Amino acid sequence: MFDLTGKTALITGASGGIGGAIAKALHGAGATVGLSGTRTEPLEALAAELGERAHVLPCNLSDAEAVAELPKQAAEAMGGVDILVNNAGITRDNLFMRMSDEEWQQVLDVNLTATFKLCKGVLRGMMKARWGRIVNISSVVGATGNPGQGNYAASKAGVIGMSKSLAYEVASRGITVNAVAPGFIATAMTDKLTDEQKSKINAQIPAGRMGQPDEIAAAVLYLASPEAAYVTGATLHVNGGMAML
Amino acid sequence: MSDVADRVKKIVVEHLGVEEDKVTESASFIDDLGADSLDTVELVMAFEEEFGIEIPDDAAETIQTFGDAVKFITEAS
Repeated sequence: MFDLTGKTALITGASGGIGGAIAKALHGAGATVGLSGTRTEPLEALAAELGERAHVLPCNLSDAEAVAELPKQAAEAMGGVDILVNNAGITRDNLFMRMSDEEWQQVLDVNLTATFKLCKGVLRGMMKARWGRIVNISSVVGATGNPGQGNYAASKAGVIGMSKSLAYEVASRGITVNAVAPGFIATAMTDKLTDEQKSKINAQIPAGRMGQPDEIAAAVLYLASPEAAYVTGATLHVNGGMAML
Repeated sequence: MSDVADRVKKIVVEHLGVEEDKVTESASFIDDLGADSLDTVELVMAFEEEFGIEIPDDAAETIQTFGDAVKFITEAS
């Protein structure tokens, strides 16, 4: 099950906790992986850990030109892109009344516009191959909203609508487009929370705990696999029951 | 028939799975040859590769028939 031998996968945000776990899962299933992110050092470290079949492709997704180049660089390094995982994302939290145009725009640019451009950039190869997997990482917040995250929630809801629209268009070509919507996941970001904050969060989660990056990676691996050929336009919620959608 | 027309016709026949004699000058990819809108995008991609040219999106929209394609490519290459 879930054998990706001979497939190539581009993962954005691979320097982060969830992206790194996704890269490891796809690599572990046999895929050649392109690790993209803004910070080169953690990408190099991850590539060294993975050994063969790992390429480092640094890219700042708020730089429109760099975004346009990334699919080409990935195709050159790996011979093509069969699987695209748009995992990279940023937050610029602020109360709606205080949110600046810049905070709004930065989040939309990276989380939604870069995702759109990367999808577009890999489609030609996938159309020709009559096979492709696109997995866009959304968020539970995209469905439920969250105070202080009007920009982030909009971008993550946008990712779902965009994925569904694209899924319609390319389904007949053997390309699936899905979203994974994580809830609270234990990463470097949530490590900073106090125990009190953590217990408050956990009280809202029926599973009573935060998720692990591996648990997101497993969902991505499934959607990237040949076995998931008949799943498209779906949003897989991985949130411990926090929002049952 | 010109060399360009022959090559274009070959791509159209292969891609859309239609009989060669259906691919006439005025044959519309969508109305006469059974292409869907995504097929027309793929045809344009195939033309770009075959002839080593770039067909911008606004130009691609004007290529509706076999004759349109031959004319555009002849002028572009």
